[in-house]
Amino acid sequence: MLAYIARRIVYVIPIVISVALVCFLLVHLAPGDPLVAILPADASQELAAQLRVAYGFDRPLPVQFGLWTWKALHGDLGTSIATGRPVLSEVLRAVGNTITLACAAAVIGFTLGLTLGLIAGYFRNTWIDKVATSIAVAGVSVPHYWLGLVLVIIFSVQLNWLPAVGAGPGGSSTWSWDWEHLRYLVLPAVTTAVIPMGIITRTVRALTGDILSQDFVEALRAKGLREIGVFHHVIKNAAPTAMAVMGLQLGYMLGGSILIETVFSWPGTGLLLNSAIFQRDLPLLQGTILVLALFFVFLNLLVDVAQASIDPRIKRS
Amino acid sequence: MFKDLKTSTARCAIAAVLAVSAATATAEIAQAETVLRIAMTAADIPRTLGQPDQGFEGNRFTGLTMYDALTMWDLSSATKASVVIPGLATEWSVDASDNKKWTFKLRPGVKFHDGSPFNADAVVWNVEKVLKTDAPQYDASQVGVTASRMPTLASARKIDDMTVELTTKEPDSFLPINLTNLFMASPAKWQALYDKAAGDDAKAKAQAAWAAFAGDASGTGPWKMTRFVPRERLELAKNDGYWDKARVPHVDKMVLLPIPESNARTAALLAGQVDWIEAPAPDAVAQIKQRGFVIQSNEEPHVWPWQFSRVEGSPWNDIRVRKAANLCIDRDGMKDGLLGGLMVPATGTVEPGHPWRGNPTFQIKYDLKAAQALMKEAGYGPSKKLTVKTQTSASGSGQMLPLPMNEYIQQALAECYFDVQLDVIEWNTLFTNWRRGAKDPTANGSNAINVTYAAMDPFFAMVRFLQSGMAPPTSNNWGFINNPKFDDLVKKARQTFEPEARDKALAELHAASVDDAAFLYVAHDVAPRALSPKIKNFVQPKSWFVDFSPVTMTP
Repeated sequence: MLAYIARRIVYVIPIVISVALVCFLLVHLAPGDPLVAILPADASQELAAQLRVAYGFDRPLPVQFGLWTWKALHGDLGTSIATGRPVLSEVLRAVGNTITLACAAAVIGFTLGLTLGLIAGYFRNTWIDKVATSIAVAGVSVPHYWLGLVLVIIFSVQLNWLPAVGAGPGGSSTWSWDWEHLRYLVLPAVTTAVIPMGIITRTVRALTGDILSQDFVEALRAKGLREIGVFHHVIKNAAPTAMAVMGLQLGYMLGGSILIETVFSWPGTGLLLNSAIFQRDLPLLQGTILVLALFFVFLNLLVDVAQASIDPRIKRS
Repeated sequence: MFKDLKTSTARCAIAAVLAVSAATATAEIAQAETVLRIAMTAADIPRTLGQPDQGFEGNRFTGLTMYDALTMWDLSSATKASVVIPGLATEWSVDASDNKKWTFKLRPGVKFHDGSPFNADAVVWNVEKVLKTDAPQYDASQVGVTASRMPTLASARKIDDMTVELTTKEPDSFLPINLTNLFMASPAKWQALYDKAAGDDAKAKAQAAWAAFAGDASGTGPWKMTRFVPRERLELAKNDGYWDKARVPHVDKMVLLPIPESNARTAALLAGQVDWIEAPAPDAVAQIKQRGFVIQSNEEPHVWPWQFSRVEGSPWNDIRVRKAANLCIDRDGMKDGLLGGLMVPATGTVEPGHPWRGNPTFQIKYDLKAAQALMKEAGYGPSKKLTVKTQTSASGSGQMLPLPMNEYIQQALAECYFDVQLDVIEWNTLFTNWRRGAKDPTANGSNAINVTYAAMDPFFAMVRFLQSGMAPPTSNNWGFINNPKFDDLVKKARQTFEPEARDKALAELHAASVDDAAFLYVAHDVAPRALSPKIKNFVQPKSWFVDFSPVTMTP
C-alpha cells in the first residue's frame, strides 16, 4: 500500500508543476494591462512605467515565473495589487469559507443523493424510481444561478425567513455553528448541493440496479441471507465507484462556484476569483487558481488512496 | 426503514421551522443605536488607507467618509451643480509672480481620529506619500489612483504650522479641483505602526505599516473606522468631534457591504438585510417602489458617448456626419423605453445650469429630418450607406447597459443611412485599448469607441480628450483630435486663475466641443439608489459623491 501511495505522489509532481506553469501563463497571456486595477487609463506613461517596475511586470516572463515559483515554494504568493494584502491570507480566508459551504452542501447532496439513488435502484421501473430519477435529472439540469435566485425570492424576499446574502451577521470572521450563522448557510448550501445530489442519485441508482441483478445476490438470497445483509453487500460493491464520484463532486464544490457565491455574496474562492478577474488582480488570480488546483490534485490523491484501500483490484492495476 | 425516514424528515422540518421562527423573532428586537447598512456595487471594500481604489465609488465610501481633503465638493444641493468649497484648507491663492506656486491656509483645530493634530507637516507628508519616491511613507499602491488625478502637482513645502505651499509643474488653475482627490491620512498613526513593524528593511516596514493602517485607519473625516472584515464589511461610527459641527453624522453607525451582483443587492434590500443599495437592478425598480422603498436618482457628471476617430480616412472627419449622428438618436425614447427612466439625455459633456456649459450654437436633439438632410449633403442616402464601426464592451464600470444601448443606436442610425458594426470586447481590454488610440491595431478597424467617463473636473471632463497633446500614448484623446481652437482654449482655461473667469474659459471650451460635435453625446447616468423608507433627509446631489452626514433613520 505504501508503495502505491508513493507512486501516486510521484505522479502528482509533474501535474503540480504543469498546473503552476499554466496558471501563471494563462493570466499573463490574456489581453489588457496587469496594472488596470490601480492604474487609471489616463495615467501618464511615466507613471505606468514606474509602477510596472515597482510591481516587477517589466521583467521577462521566465524571470517573473521563476521568482513567483520560488516565492510560492516558500509560502509567499505575493501581494494583491488591488488591496495590498498578502494573497495567501486572502486565499486561505476564502478557502475556509468555501470549505464551510462545501461541507454543508456535501452533507445535503450526498445524503439525498445516496438515499434517492438506493431507493431508485431498489425500486427500479416503479413510480418511486420515476420520482427519484426526475428529481435527479432536475438537479443536474436546473441552472444553479436561476435556482439560487428562485430560492432567494421565495425564502428571503417573500417569506423573510432566511438571509439573501452574506456569511453571517458580522461577516465570516465571527463564524460559529449556531442557528444565527447557519441561517446564512442554508440557501447557498442547498443550491450548491443540487448538482452533486443529482449526479450521485443517478450513479448509485445504476450501481444498485446492476449489483442487484447479479448472480451473487441471488445466491446470497438463496442461502437465506436476510435483506439487510444483502443491502450490506450492495453497499460494499457500490462504494468504490460512489466514492470516486463523491470525491470528484467534493473537489468541484471545494473549488467554489463563482455563480453561486456571487448570487449569495458568499465570501469564498468563487467570489474571490470573480473579484480577481474583474479587477484584473494578477497575483490574486494566480494564487487563487494555484491553491484551488493543488487542492483538487490533493483531493484526487486522497480519493485514489481511499479507493485502493477499499478495493484491492485498483491497487494491483 | 422508509417509514422511519419519513418520520425523522418530518421532525427535522418541524425543528427547522421552529428554529427559523425563533431566529426571526430575535432579529426583530429593536436596536437602540441607529445603523445604516449600505450595499455597494464594489466587489470588495474599496481601499481604506487614504487613497481608495474602485474609482469614484471608492472615494464615495472610504474616501469622503473617513477622510477629508484640502478642498471638497459641496454636496448639499440636489439642484445646483456641485462645486469646490474649502475643506481642510480655508483659503488658497496662486503666487502673482510665479503662477506655479500656490499657498493654502489650513483650518485650525482639526484633529485626526487618533487625536494627533492636522497641520502643514501632515499635508507635506500626504503629498509625499504619493509623489516622493524616497520618502519613508511612499506607497506605490496609492500612486496610480492619485497622481493621475492631479497630474501637475510637483511638491509641497511647509511655510508655517498652518500654511503650506504647493508647486505645480506648469501653470494649472485646475489644482484646487484636483486636490479633492488627495485625502489626508494621519502621519502620527502611520509612524506608530511603522515603529511597531518588525525588521530593519525600511520598505518592508513601510508596507507593513500601510497594511496595518488600512485595517485601523485614521483620517479627519465625519466617520471613524470601527471594524474591518476584508472583502465583507466595513463598519464606521460617527465622529462626534468632527470639525464641521453641521456635518456631524446623525446616524450612529454605518455598515458598508460589497455586493457586486445587482440582483443580490436588490434581494438583500427586499429581504431587509440592508437599508440602502447602490444601482438596483433596472427591471426590479417597479417591485422596489411597490414594496415602499424609495428610488433616488439625479443627473451625474458622467457621459456615455461614442468617441470619434479623427485619423486620416475616418468617416467622422466630416462635421456633417458627426452632427447627423448626434441629431439621429431619440434619447428620450432610449430613456423611457430602454432604461426605465434611469438616464438623462446628453446634449454635451455638461448640461444647462452647469458653470462649464457655455452657449453652444449646435443644439443636440432628436431631429431625424435634419440628420437625414445632413447625411444627404455629405453624399449618403438609402442606397449609399456609411459603414462605421464602434468598439464597446458587454459590461464595465459606468458603462450602464452597453449592448442594448449600442443596439438601440445601431437601429436609430440606420434611419440616417449609417451601417453600424459593433466590435464587442472584454471591459478591461477595452479600457486598455482606450489608451492605445484609434491608430493602434487593437482598435481593430473601429472608428469610434464607447467608454464612459467622469466629468467632475476639467481635465477628466474635457482636456484629456480635446487637447492635441493628450493623444496616445500620453492620455485619452483616443481619436487624435487636433483642433488648434481647442488647444488655445485649454491653455486659456489652465492659465486663468480666478475661479469665475476659469469657469468661463471652460464654458467656451465646452461650447466649442459641442459646436464641433466632437463626440456622439448619448446619456448621463443618474446614479440610481434604492433606500428604505426609514431613511430621511438624504439629498442626492448632481455628483458622483454623496454626504451621509444629514441622513437620519426612523425606528
